Amino acid sequence: MAGVSTKDIKQRIRSMESTRQITRAMEMVAASKLRKAQERVLSSRPYFEQLYATIAHIACTKADIASPYLTQRESKKTCCIVIAGDRGLAGGYNSNVFKLATRELEGQDYCVLPIGKRAVDFFRSHGTEILTQQYSEAANISIGDCFTLSKQLTKDFLAGKFDRVCIVYTNFVSVLAQSPALLPVLPLSLTVTRDDPSVETLYEPDAQTVFDAIIPEYVGGVVYGALCESVASELAARRTAMDSATKNADEMIAELNLKYNRARQGAITQEITEIVAGAEA
Amino acid sequence: MKTFHLKIVTPYGPCFDGQVQSLTLRTIDGDVGIQADHLDLVTALGMGQATVITEDGPKYAACIGGLLSVTKTMVSVVATTFEWAEDIDTDRAQASYDRAQKVLGNKESSDMELKLAQARLKRALVRQSVAGNH
Repeated sequence: MAGVSTKDIKQRIRSMESTRQITRAMEMVAASKLRKAQERVLSSRPYFEQLYATIAHIACTKADIASPYLTQRESKKTCCIVIAGDRGLAGGYNSNVFKLATRELEGQDYCVLPIGKRAVDFFRSHGTEILTQQYSEAANISIGDCFTLSKQLTKDFLAGKFDRVCIVYTNFVSVLAQSPALLPVLPLSLTVTRDDPSVETLYEPDAQTVFDAIIPEYVGGVVYGALCESVASELAARRTAMDSATKNADEMIAELNLKYNRARQGAITQEITEIVAGAEA
Repeated sequence: MKTFHLKIVTPYGPCFDGQVQSLTLRTIDGDVGIQADHLDLVTALGMGQATVITEDGPKYAACIGGLLSVTKTMVSVVATTFEWAEDIDTDRAQASYDRAQKVLGNKESSDMELKLAQARLKRALVRQSVAGNH
């Protein structure tokens, strides 16, 4: 105990306590935001499922559709939408997404469309080709932005600027588990479930037009869905990280308190020894 | 009058789920009206007013983008935006209208900006007309 004065220890305890207060506040903020984000994920799902079901239905009942969105081209260039967070302090949330993105895209010619400040910073520092930095704040992106983004993407895709579009995002499995995932978006690959072909469906004005009008809509929906999942994941990851940080701080404070008391006791003992020795002399 | 099951979903959540007598809305190819026992139909939606007639009378809404799918068992509207007339924020629509006008009036706006402003203007006009009429 010698060498460490009680004053130093006291100071460390105090700084530890203020850190703990911050992590605890962050945990609670994340927890309350998480509830809203979870609701958003749940309320956007029916929309998305219906959209997918209809597109899959058109694609499998109308086999003669020759949409450029469906043809597999020789993949020369990939455009990857990477969704990460705006801030750190969320455990491995950001780095897991980047790890997956770099591993999947390694050796290919690609450009990225980062969403979230962290993603923009990461790809800028790695010198990756960035399509646009317009969407640097993941928390502020509305559904309208998703549709603008998707219109631009589908236009560029048709113009041949890239031959494949995919999204790297984080899947919100549960409050305690989030897993980064890669989702191919274009060209469309639909899991075909053959319906009864005897049911004739009318397409107004015709199947091709309807199909081509719906695709940008669908891509926007996919981006929005991935974004909702990612935002919920980020908050959940932050909550868990901050929870364990608070626990660690608690542990350290307890340890330091013990140290402090020992040092104090040591100082008293020493003082007594000195007085006794002085009296004897 | 015979009714059918209508379901309206948007990215913000389900908007309507119930029995209705008829549905009219604007598609990319003009207005369509749906009543019970309609032939199976799939079409993409444009921007315009949607009218839903339930047993309690008609309800109006601004409906923008998305798709309409009619099957034997159900009619579903998967819309990007679907706002009932009474829920429309007219102040916001007006503000959006003014902003769009400003961009359109500015000679230095880029093509992209003009396109976005035009789309915004249309949306604002649809909202205003739906909210104003009912």
